[in-house]
Amino acid sequence: MGKVLMKGNEAIGEAAIKAGCLNYFAYPITPQSEVAEYLSRRLPEVDGVFLQGESEVAVSYMVFGAAACGERVFTTSSSPGISLMSEAISYIAGAECPAVFVNIMRGGPGLGGILPSQADYLQATKGIGHGDFRLLVMAPASVQEAVEMVMMAFPLAEKYRNPVMILGDGLIGQMMEPVEFPDRLQSEPINKDDWATNGMAMRKSEQRNLVKSLFLDPEQLNAHNLVLKAKYERMAREEVKYDSYNTAVNYKALVVSYGTMSRVCRTAIDDLKADGFEVGMIRPQIVFPFPESAVYDAASKKSCKIVICIEMSMGQMVEDVERSVKGIRPVRWYGKCGGEVPTPEEVMDAIKACEE
Amino acid sequence: MGKTFQKPISLAEQDTHYCPGCTHGVIHRLVAEVIDELDVRSRTVGIAPVGCAVLAYNYFTFDFLEAAHGRAPAVATGIKRVRPDLIVFTYQGDGDLASIGMAEIIHAANRGEKFTTIFVNNAVYGMTGGQMAPTTMPNQRTTTSPLGRNVEEVGMPIKVAELLSSFETPGYISRQAVLRPKYIVKAKKAIKKAFEYQMQNRCFSFVELVSNCPTNWGLTPVESIKWAEETLLPYYKLGEFKNPDDVEEG
Repeated sequence: MGKVLMKGNEAIGEAAIKAGCLNYFAYPITPQSEVAEYLSRRLPEVDGVFLQGESEVAVSYMVFGAAACGERVFTTSSSPGISLMSEAISYIAGAECPAVFVNIMRGGPGLGGILPSQADYLQATKGIGHGDFRLLVMAPASVQEAVEMVMMAFPLAEKYRNPVMILGDGLIGQMMEPVEFPDRLQSEPINKDDWATNGMAMRKSEQRNLVKSLFLDPEQLNAHNLVLKAKYERMAREEVKYDSYNTAVNYKALVVSYGTMSRVCRTAIDDLKADGFEVGMIRPQIVFPFPESAVYDAASKKSCKIVICIEMSMGQMVEDVERSVKGIRPVRWYGKCGGEVPTPEEVMDAIKACEE
Repeated sequence: MGKTFQKPISLAEQDTHYCPGCTHGVIHRLVAEVIDELDVRSRTVGIAPVGCAVLAYNYFTFDFLEAAHGRAPAVATGIKRVRPDLIVFTYQGDGDLASIGMAEIIHAANRGEKFTTIFVNNAVYGMTGGQMAPTTMPNQRTTTSPLGRNVEEVGMPIKVAELLSSFETPGYISRQAVLRPKYIVKAKKAIKKAFEYQMQNRCFSFVELVSNCPTNWGLTPVESIKWAEETLLPYYKLGEFKNPDDVEEG
């Protein structure tokens, strides 16, 4: 299959099928409803499961049920819908089941707006539900990258038996771009026998499996929490992913930005370069675990005087950047919200203002 | 001569955590007997609720999943849609199903999901300590209705079996009781029928079981049976409300 022109939301749906995920539960919400519309046509063609549930709450528990059988399953939503799914995401993480959630972010809080935003960064990376757990969070900056990340998300969810989130802003969902679908990613077969509630007849032993998140004994719950913690620490060792831009030169400022915002920053960096002002950029592709060392190393470059966090939120990533920079450089923020996407000129002005 | 009565294979060797006189044990046994008789243990997945039966998985010997409060029908939908070959049932109380989980049960029933729900109605929240449920009777005292359920303020108790019977989608809906042997015999027949309809891939199947709660009703087990017969049964009428054959014949 060569390059095709596709809308982000539709490409995300197709990528899941290409990744071998034929189970999708849906609830409409702008700006991601095209995923559901696309898959309602497409999944029956491949003998897959498409079901529109009665609410995001119900849909997220349908995902839990399917995930507990060890079947590849995913859902997509947007900010207010993801809040409703956060209960189930906590149960799924607690019960250690693999599942993929896509959040095509819109502005908030509350109903907010329907235009692109990065306002759910803290929710996705710090605490999406109650209890002590984390998601692996991938943040695509193009439709092509969204496709690749969706295809990587399923094996990663299975590797860690943990929910994985694709954190895309509304532009990623709504924009049309040329995409090429990679071959299905090879993933290690998951051993469902040990844990999945898919019927005892499916396994060789007489073992019956339980999928649960209840541990009434405090010692057992503490032990369970330690198992989860070890999992997130392993993610931090093995799954850090970022992209560097214009970092080979002696840049005076370092930008940290992700998703659609990072593409605007690239243009601004190119334009500043033409003016003789060098700016480097670190773009986290996975935002949890955060590329702390990469940001620190890039900030420590002798020529670098300042680090600027640029995002379509009121500075939700700043804490991660500050934490990574460890005080060796001042950290500033620039951003806009509510569906306003900063222009390259505005970003250039912001970078210049910070530098002065 | 072989054994004429023994513990079902589907039932685990396990000390009970249920209160003295509680009928959850009876219902667990009925479900286990039916699963043994239909020989489906190796492809059965049960779904536990939040409430007294949150630990139901300790009493059965097949795969079990523990859902969040009220969400069992959504979880069952997820399992059954991706693995239609499995036999799936939810086991839910009246706080779980008729209050916080009302949306999930209504839509699962109306979609005609091919799983079975065992609904234990004892007119009170048990696990959390005897609070008022949507099924609590008028003037019934609970820890959150200390003067008795005031129907002027909170409405009348919800009749779930009748509610679910109102859908045009074919289904099997029955209400039975587990208060005395004469009811238990009928309850088992209904549970078996419900699982059989699922095995035939016919329809959503639902058995409501009028039960008791001596602890939270503040009664002895014997008194609780008498109270349930006198107070609950006249309101929660027993019988088969709906059958998939009704529609197909009519």
